[in-house]
Amino acid sequence: MSERFFPDSMPPPMADATTLPWWKEAAKHRLVVQRCTSCQHTCLPPSPVCSECRSTESDWQEVSGRGEVYTFTRVHRPVAGNQELPFVIAVIALKGSGGVRMMSNVVGVKPEDVEIGMAVEVIWEDMSEELAVPRFRPVG
Amino acid sequence: MSGSKAQIVGVGESKYARWGKIGDVTEHALACQAIQRAVEDAGLSMDDVDGLASFAEDRNEAVFIGAELGIPRLRFGNMVWMPGGGGGCAAVANAAMAVEAGQAEVVVVYRSLCQGQFFRFGSPGMDTSGAAEPEAPTVKQADSLMIASIGFVMPYGMLMAAAAYALPTRRHMHLYGTTGDQLGMLAVTFREHASRNPRAVMGGRPMTLDDYRASPMIADPHRLFDCCLESDGACAVVVTTPERARDLAKQPVEILASEQGAPKGYGFGTFSNANVPDELYATGANEEMANRLWGKAGIGPNDVDVAQLYDHFTGCVLMQLEDYGFCKRGEGGPFIESGALSWHGGSLPTNTHGGSLSEAYIHGLNHVVEGVRSLRGESTSPVENAEVCLVTSAACVPSSAVLLGRK
Ligand SMILES: [Zn+2]
Repeated sequence: MSERFFPDSMPPPMADATTLPWWKEAAKHRLVVQRCTSCQHTCLPPSPVCSECRSTESDWQEVSGRGEVYTFTRVHRPVAGNQELPFVIAVIALKGSGGVRMMSNVVGVKPEDVEIGMAVEVIWEDMSEELAVPRFRPVG
Repeated sequence: MSGSKAQIVGVGESKYARWGKIGDVTEHALACQAIQRAVEDAGLSMDDVDGLASFAEDRNEAVFIGAELGIPRLRFGNMVWMPGGGGGCAAVANAAMAVEAGQAEVVVVYRSLCQGQFFRFGSPGMDTSGAAEPEAPTVKQADSLMIASIGFVMPYGMLMAAAAYALPTRRHMHLYGTTGDQLGMLAVTFREHASRNPRAVMGGRPMTLDDYRASPMIADPHRLFDCCLESDGACAVVVTTPERARDLAKQPVEILASEQGAPKGYGFGTFSNANVPDELYATGANEEMANRLWGKAGIGPNDVDVAQLYDHFTGCVLMQLEDYGFCKRGEGGPFIESGALSWHGGSLPTNTHGGSLSEAYIHGLNHVVEGVRSLRGESTSPVENAEVCLVTSAACVPSSAVLLGRK
């Protein structure tokens, strides 16, 4: 099991048949974006229809896990018991993803040192044997 | 102004109180009270009402409200899809369309919130005490599209609106140099308006910029006083035809134009969608809708005398000021700093009731009520000779807006 940053009681992902495969890839520590097999448009969260060409065929493209902080907030109220505060929720622009961003957390750095444009990389947090959640930490 | 447009002829509300303070009356009873007061304000009887309209997440279904109020023929019962705070103006628009199309003659739009009796909007919905024995974390089944959307970001702790709308506001600060003090000035201005309004929950709680700066950080840049109240209360507005409006109790207010807006790929907005297009991210995502609204009414932002802008968070108001063209993109901060929003001498008196930040949080339908009062000359922070009022619903989510006019 990995290093832990958040308690077990953090809210779990709630998935439907469209988003569940993304979490199955995550469990294998594979960070993926959905790619339309017709026009190559990439997106998150996964969608049953491509917003650009309306194709319903797609696959998963693995990305490097590098990116930069697009925006963020330091949250001072807990969403789980025994949680360290404040914690950072950030939008990460994923490198090599065709312009896709994702929501996540920035860890491994003092919350007051997080800034827009900061280079980050994914670090997987195994919440259990079945659930891995991608967080991000500063590169280097 | 055309003579065929729907008119608002009555407004009313219950007492407004802090979250959880109304426990002896049910939420739907409070809705009935607000509806009765609005109908009375119009000089109509419940026997005249034949339509009810509301917007998303309403627990108080029209069929039951209609039965409780003894409405003789409910010809129109309607709900807007736009999320919670985004749909208030659209509900007024639906009422207007109904009376203009002859589907109903007198439609009441209502909203009631007694959150102490139900789930609290924006609460984590989780045990944060640490007392519960957690089960092994795993992916859970989403039972709706909305839960699937929010559920994709929940494991990062994205559960609070205060955090969700901090994201675009933080980016606005990064791009344009917007400051916390500029957000604070907006909150202070609305509080000053509330201090003149006996209905306002925060009426007796004056606030200075120093008080704002000292308020606790919730999800930065949002301090406590950047966040709207959580309230118990209900309000309602009565919409009818121009013919019917002609000889009622109060001067009618015309619905000049209305629009709804959800940009491409926007979904639920920055709450759950990290991929809001870059050009929309640090905005309220209302600019395209605003342009349609101005075009439809044949007027522009310079023609607006008073505005009631949905204020769930200070930054969302700032971005609306830019979206609706009251100032250029990125200049919302200096615009606020200029004192523009003050009822007393400001170039755009805004939220003359105190808004959701300081009057009450009734999902913005109280902004429509205040819009009507401001054109009737009944506002407690009156704007002299006001003829045109812009009322908006929530920004940073799919939204709606109405332009109100006094003949
Ligand atoms: Zn495609």
